[in-house]
Amino acid sequence: MSAIDFTWLIGGPQGSGVDSGANVFSKVCAEMGYSIFGKREFYSNIKGEHSYFAVRVSNKEIHSNVNDVSLMASFDAETIFRHFNEVPKGGGIIYDSDLDKTYTDEVHTLDNYFKQRLHDELESKNKPFTIAGVLEIAKEKGVNLYPVSFREILTSLAEKTENPKLKGMVRLFNVIAVSLSLGLIKMPLDSLLKSIDSIFSKKPQIAEINKQAANFAYDYAKSKFGNFQYTLTGTTKQPDTILVQGHFGTSIGKMVSGCRFQSYYPITPASDESVYLESHELLEIQNDRPGSTIVIQTEDEISAMGMMIGAALTGTRSSTSTSGPGFALMTEALGWAGINEVPIVITLYQRSGPSTGLPTRHGQDDLLFAVHAGHGDFPKIVYASGDIEESFYDTGRCFNYADVYQIPVIHMMDKFLSSSVVTCKKFDPQKISIDRGMLLDKVEGEYKRFAFTEDGISPRSRLGLDNGVFWNTGDESDEFGHITEDPQVRIKMMDKRMSRLDLVTKRVPNEEQAVSFGVHDYTVISWGSTKGPILDAMFMLKKEGINIGFIQIKLIHPFPSDYVKSLLEDAKTIIDIEANHSGQLGKIFKQNISREIDYFILKYTGRGMTSTEIYDSLKKIVENKANKREVLSHGA
Amino acid sequence: MALKLADYKTEVHNDWCPGCGDFGIVNALQMALAEMGIERDKATIFSGIGCSGKTSHFINTYGVHTLHGRVLTFAQGGKLANPEMTVVAVGGDGDGLGIGAGHFVAAGRRNVDMTYIIFDNGVYGLTKGQASPTLKLGEKTKSLPSPNTNYNVNPIGLAVTSGFTFVARGYSYDVRHLKDLIIKAVRHKGLSFLDVLQPCPTYNDINTRDWYAGVDLAQESMERHSRIYKLDDMQFDPIVHYDDETEVNEKLSQALIKSLEWGNKIPIGVFYQNELISEYSTRLTDKIPNYLENPPAKQKISENGLPTTDVSEILDSLRV
Repeated sequence: MSAIDFTWLIGGPQGSGVDSGANVFSKVCAEMGYSIFGKREFYSNIKGEHSYFAVRVSNKEIHSNVNDVSLMASFDAETIFRHFNEVPKGGGIIYDSDLDKTYTDEVHTLDNYFKQRLHDELESKNKPFTIAGVLEIAKEKGVNLYPVSFREILTSLAEKTENPKLKGMVRLFNVIAVSLSLGLIKMPLDSLLKSIDSIFSKKPQIAEINKQAANFAYDYAKSKFGNFQYTLTGTTKQPDTILVQGHFGTSIGKMVSGCRFQSYYPITPASDESVYLESHELLEIQNDRPGSTIVIQTEDEISAMGMMIGAALTGTRSSTSTSGPGFALMTEALGWAGINEVPIVITLYQRSGPSTGLPTRHGQDDLLFAVHAGHGDFPKIVYASGDIEESFYDTGRCFNYADVYQIPVIHMMDKFLSSSVVTCKKFDPQKISIDRGMLLDKVEGEYKRFAFTEDGISPRSRLGLDNGVFWNTGDESDEFGHITEDPQVRIKMMDKRMSRLDLVTKRVPNEEQAVSFGVHDYTVISWGSTKGPILDAMFMLKKEGINIGFIQIKLIHPFPSDYVKSLLEDAKTIIDIEANHSGQLGKIFKQNISREIDYFILKYTGRGMTSTEIYDSLKKIVENKANKREVLSHGA
Repeated sequence: MALKLADYKTEVHNDWCPGCGDFGIVNALQMALAEMGIERDKATIFSGIGCSGKTSHFINTYGVHTLHGRVLTFAQGGKLANPEMTVVAVGGDGDGLGIGAGHFVAAGRRNVDMTYIIFDNGVYGLTKGQASPTLKLGEKTKSLPSPNTNYNVNPIGLAVTSGFTFVARGYSYDVRHLKDLIIKAVRHKGLSFLDVLQPCPTYNDINTRDWYAGVDLAQESMERHSRIYKLDDMQFDPIVHYDDETEVNEKLSQALIKSLEWGNKIPIGVFYQNELISEYSTRLTDKIPNYLENPPAKQKISENGLPTTDVSEILDSLRV
């Protein structure tokens, strides 16, 4: 079986159905047995600005996007202007031939910075500032052009189905673009029709119209487009595969882990998780009455945090989900949870900061912030997931850490993960365990919530439990939880709480702290969503006989210094890869291990890393041609 | 075993200033809990920050001393997760109407079944007497460098317009009346609000105990002339009796107008009560029928360390 590695890109104005088009395409490819890695990029805007979706399809396991686009399907001019350069020789561009004469200046959402760069390129190549101009460049490069008039397709379709309304239905452009693409790559038609049925299962009339359009466009491409070097007719399906979106890992993970209270304030890219939890608020429980997740949309993130803590004090597994600006508002209460030893889980879907930053774009800028969040010294755990599948199981771990060590846990996620659509192995709920630590079901005799114990962890009562009365305060407190300013008690209480950090690195199993994908002379350290592109880049290099090691650090705070140090003993050159400006993990690494980072590969454009970019940089490093800081910039 | 008033007191040393109005409120709260016979482990007092924030340590029930301005958020989270609990939130006027004003309004919209008591003294006592949100414009309490430049918040008016369904005012030196108000507030189905006038003997030298008692007025008229009077004595009917726009508007506007009365005559008692507005748990049971029988705090989530939540339907729908 020959290797298939095909990237399809669809673009269009926000609100024009780019997402649903990409969902149909991804579903078809996944149903036909392929691995999918899809990524969505969009502006902070409701309607009109340019958004796009790049779906990589392969018959091997893939974990990232690549730079090159094999086939671009566009139904507006902006997509062509912005992405034509991503299609290499041998690739294809399906485009609306009615747009040929469109000038860059007619596309008002093209910003001047981009336009200037594009004009410079067109000018240097002596081309007009039009769609025809950029397509000439593509054609000269060896890209196959597939012009089609989308309006004519609608007109013919209206005639064929005797439904004149279809003539003006520009909302069908997305499904037409998908169907033209699938026809061109010869994907079986049934799978397309089936996917449309399943996506529009609640709207049979809309499904019908979409299927008519799909059928028509699919045949059109097959009969009129001629040959294309990519043919995707299906491959062997891997058993137990699911197609998931970014927030499914943490949201389904929360349901399974027994999170029964989630408070949140709307923020991109975190709120999808809360909305998903609320739309699945009724839960089926084995051998028991139905359960439920109470999801509360609060007036701000401060309230989300307060409510979550209040709920956690009743013994309920409680959580919130937010992004950088929201987390900034939560930090005062984070310290309250710290001093009161309240188990809570904050799912932190990072985006690009500072301040509002690039509100809908990716970034891993908040690692140091998470580690240092809150005033005063108190223990917390910062734990990072590398992909969507992992995030399901990690959610279970985070709740266990919170309960067992009675401390707040910050679960690091990001926009790269949240706006990916991928195939992965079906989540296995039985691989999540539930450990509530020292949570009490009953109390006998005198009870002290913060009793001094050998390992610093006290049996935990909950609000409303018989005989379990306790007090909490944000002030320093005694064993009962009453305010004290006694210097000796202060020492004991601080020591009790802070000893939790050593306990975590000692008791959390090594394989949960960090994952080694091999150690070689050149070894990468990284955290979070860079995992996928790093793994794929390593694979590409390996095929050329270059072995690169990779340690994925998951437990960031407390930092597992001993374990990471031991893993890296044989590594000669350490390369830190992160999506932020300052190499934040590198700083933590150096602080804890007293070892210098030799190279940084960093990206802070707000767009996720591709495996191509990492491959290129790693190769430069190995060939001794790299700068100490390699800064990546691919992506529109 | 019936609980006595003493059972609701802790041994924690109370460090409020001598003569502080807060003592009356704590006493009234303890008396109310005892009179209602609420078990110590079935009630939680949530408190904010400041002198009033220490209240939860003086009461022998579950006590959660939270953050400045955030008491309502903690309290609502606790109540929603464990609706069987009796929840009373307390805090100062700076806490609830200054830094916490956003939460105050949002809580009114939710109408969770609990009680919020504001210790209202017009100053930030614990930080040495700065002006708080209820101090009137132009007033200069003794530690202010110059008269207050802000207009005052009207706690009763804000509460009725934010959706609180029980709104009342008490006076900390009329402990029995206050105790009765607290009982009514706790028994009310929905979010109840009590604004308690509470002289700060150290920093508020305007609204003093003597001022409320009308000692200055008595001197002028040569007779006793308390500023405080009770709405109960005035045939004031605060209750919305039927679900009708005219009735609701009348009761709301009457409460609002009454709340503006200040100066020589200050009303205390219930200003507004409306049990016809759905309480938050009924809004939840509309979506989650067994919420009250099986709330978050009571749900079983595992057996032998393994999860019991069945997500197979969701996972099957994602299968390709």
